[in-house]
Amino acid sequence: MSTADLLALLPLLVLSVGALLLMLQIAFIRNVQFSSALTLLIFALAALSCGPATDYAPRLVTPLLIADKLALLFTALFCLAGFVTTVLSMDYMQRRGDQPEEYYLLLILSSLGACVLAYAEHLGSLILGMELLSVALYALIAYPDKSILPLEAASKYLVLSGAASATLLFGFALLYAITGSLGFSDLGTQLATQPSGNIMLLVAMALILAGLGFKLSLVPFHMWTPDVYQGAPSPVTGFLASVAKAAIFLLFLRLFIDAKLYRYNMLLNCLALVAILSMLVGNVLALQQDNIKRMLSYSSIAHMGYLLIILVVCGSSNNRALAIEAASYYLIAYTATTLAAFGLLSLISAQQQQRENVLLDDVSGLFWQQPLLAGLMLIALLSLAGIPLTAGFVAKFYIFSAAISGYHWGLIAALILGSAIGIYYYLRVIFYMSKRNSPSYTLASTASGWHISSLSTALMIIILLLGTAPQPLMAYLRSIL
Amino acid sequence: MSLALLLGILLAGGLVAWLSERWHKDLPRWLSLVTIGLALLQLVSSLNVLAPDSFTLVPDGRDASSWLIHYQLAWIPRFGISFELAMDGLSLLLVLLTLLLGLVAVASSWTEIDFKPGFFQANLLWTLAGVCGVFLALDLLLFFLFWEVMLIPMYLLIAIWGHENKAYAAMKFFIFTQVSGLLMLLSIITLAWQGYVHNGYYSFSYFDLLALPLDSTLAYCLMLGFFIAFVVKLPAFPVHTWLPDAHTQAPTAGSVLLAGILLKTGAYGLMRFSIPLFPEASMQFAHIAMSLGAAGVIYGAVLAFAQSDFKRLVAYSSVSHMGFVLLGLYAWNSLAMQGAVMQMLAHGVSTAALFMMAGALQQRLHTRNMFKMGGLWYYMPRMGACALFFAVASLGLPGLGNFVAEFLILVGLFAVSPVMTAIATLGLITAAVYSLWMMQQTFQGKTQLATKTTASLQDFGGREMFTMAAMMLALLWLGLYPQPVLDLAQPVIDSLQALVTISPQIAEASL
Repeated sequence: MSTADLLALLPLLVLSVGALLLMLQIAFIRNVQFSSALTLLIFALAALSCGPATDYAPRLVTPLLIADKLALLFTALFCLAGFVTTVLSMDYMQRRGDQPEEYYLLLILSSLGACVLAYAEHLGSLILGMELLSVALYALIAYPDKSILPLEAASKYLVLSGAASATLLFGFALLYAITGSLGFSDLGTQLATQPSGNIMLLVAMALILAGLGFKLSLVPFHMWTPDVYQGAPSPVTGFLASVAKAAIFLLFLRLFIDAKLYRYNMLLNCLALVAILSMLVGNVLALQQDNIKRMLSYSSIAHMGYLLIILVVCGSSNNRALAIEAASYYLIAYTATTLAAFGLLSLISAQQQQRENVLLDDVSGLFWQQPLLAGLMLIALLSLAGIPLTAGFVAKFYIFSAAISGYHWGLIAALILGSAIGIYYYLRVIFYMSKRNSPSYTLASTASGWHISSLSTALMIIILLLGTAPQPLMAYLRSIL
Repeated sequence: MSLALLLGILLAGGLVAWLSERWHKDLPRWLSLVTIGLALLQLVSSLNVLAPDSFTLVPDGRDASSWLIHYQLAWIPRFGISFELAMDGLSLLLVLLTLLLGLVAVASSWTEIDFKPGFFQANLLWTLAGVCGVFLALDLLLFFLFWEVMLIPMYLLIAIWGHENKAYAAMKFFIFTQVSGLLMLLSIITLAWQGYVHNGYYSFSYFDLLALPLDSTLAYCLMLGFFIAFVVKLPAFPVHTWLPDAHTQAPTAGSVLLAGILLKTGAYGLMRFSIPLFPEASMQFAHIAMSLGAAGVIYGAVLAFAQSDFKRLVAYSSVSHMGFVLLGLYAWNSLAMQGAVMQMLAHGVSTAALFMMAGALQQRLHTRNMFKMGGLWYYMPRMGACALFFAVASLGLPGLGNFVAEFLILVGLFAVSPVMTAIATLGLITAAVYSLWMMQQTFQGKTQLATKTTASLQDFGGREMFTMAAMMLALLWLGLYPQPVLDLAQPVIDSLQALVTISPQIAEASL
């Protein structure tokens, strides 16, 4: 391995070394403040190291990892998301676990997994990254061990995610049996020589779709999502909903493009069907929730459905570039927005000692008591709903453009119907937040130190900037794709 | 630049008004007045530099430089989206109406709002900014942006300061407009994509998309996307159902804004975008649109008569009056279009005044139920006189703006479709029925109020009388000497008609 190879992997190395350092620190001195500060430093360094690493991109480092600019962009995004999650966890964990230092270690490890997924160019690194991400998440979800809900959520996630991984592995094994290769682009060339009616191939694709569908919580593989989201500590839910989803989607996209899976019409049709189901079922079920965490979990199912449209659009070579650009923008916007939304929830539920619930009533009157946090929530919800001037609108604009460029009218109809339903439940939260004379004053003491205020402001500015001045990011995405 | 500044003043003014509530409770509303005043000054000063004859020149619909003011700044070059604002006579009239009714809205909420007055004024000013943006934006995506963004402050106005059933009303209002807005977004992007396929570059500019050759089926579908979004806002039968709820539950200033100007954005959209962008499809569709208009005229009037709630009555009367606008626009000849423009202005003023009246009644009586009123003239003569004036204005008394508007529409429409004209004329009779019935129930007859309430009734004070008098003068001016308005609108109508090749028999009838 040359120096250039190592430099191209710099963010991954920073995260790994950081994890080791943190482990050593915990072994010798138990100090939460120090651990969290060190974690913040590691995430910041890892994100910064993506800058110098771009000089060496694109570069295939061993057959396993590809360090292109897209991978580095998303690595930076995941590290920043890890940073935000750490800040949110600081207050939250101090109130709960008595020894929360390892929590930060797990957070770094699962971010590392997400970053490996962003780099993955081989089924081996795919499994490596995905397992690193998931295994760390099992522990993160169960971390507040004194209450029952997180444990329930963690065991559900453990069993189902394990089953999904097994399904996925079986699918990969079949692919290997057919083609004899594991690298994404090798797979593409090998598959081209296979007759498309190969039964084994069909089974392999069905298994892979099911496995990734579980991880992305697409309908009909979505059952675990609301329970896990609700049970997990809110900062972890935010991480799970944003980073874990974005990393796996990015990987799916890479596999889809590099292995040229878009050639199979059957697969495209299945994806379209799953997309439509996810958009409709996710939104309809979200309508019926009084618990904001459950509502957001169903809405994340719908958002994954919107994203799947892009994979279907990739089917035609003319629109592929636009589609990948759209997916990247959407993932970035979605990550920022989801972090903001769950960030607020973790600040609220930090107050509730036992419950991991945030009911609609709990945010009632938030506007008048905590204008900054309520403003953040307002912007995050409007962004999720896709209202102009927010990141979510530009993202939705991209999806519309991509879908129209391929004339996928059925998908567009589902997208419009889904968004229409979505507006209702997002607005309901806003309505509760703006209630006057609210009976519940549970929020009067919501944590708001300077770090929370500055974080909220920063997230608000990012979401608004992505929505009002998207040109720089668009231009950058176009230059790297 | 001057137009961007106009929007900037309103947005910044909202922010300042919001922050100012920390210092004093009364400060926000004064700041609000000052902001709107500044915006008006800015408008006037930017018009002053123009040559006097530029107001009478017919602008070329396809050439931005021939408009009164045109401002363009690249915003998202990746998709050819620019910050493009332009003003012609039509936008000028509507922006003026918006700002003047903004003053009325501030005046009407002078004593009504106790809870967070700063945030209230901020939302009011942001709504005004959004509406002005809608009237000025000529980049389709920018237009859509203003179209959507103006909903949020309006939603908050209803949801926070509304009456008993505000959650339902605010939600219904938002969902109706938002869903129809998504259809418009779909149409806009598809249109731009067609432009990309045809021209080889992305552009969302009105001027680039005007003369796009489109497959006729596609054009028809795209036209429907725009049409639905605009008639929901107008509102036309059968998508009007959000309007009575939103109006009834909104605070007075909210109703004034909704009825006075938000409804006009729908009419403006039809006139500026839906018809010129898809002339052939629109002409094919004209008879359906006109039937919807005629149905709205009658249906709104009949339902207005059936209401016991003062605000609901005025709301349904709006459905009826806006039906005339739809008829006038799809008749697409000079007379009818002049009538439609006139109707937008006159209806804006007269309905705003009636809603202000309803707000004043509710503030005094704590009810909007007309069966619980009656005989109020005796206690509040000034208010009764004002109510009578605006009631007869709304029923179309000659000499007032609404008469001119409806007369022009009917004359223009007769050349196109005598049957529709006959149906729409019935609307004038029904308007008389419900307007007079409303006067009878509230201000005349025997009072139904307890003596305790009547003893404390206060007639209109100086501030309210001043506002009312200004609006009366406006209606009288529109009714007695409408020529300046017609002159301002005529070049725009000529240029819009040049964009649409009209069928010969319609052309013959137009002047």
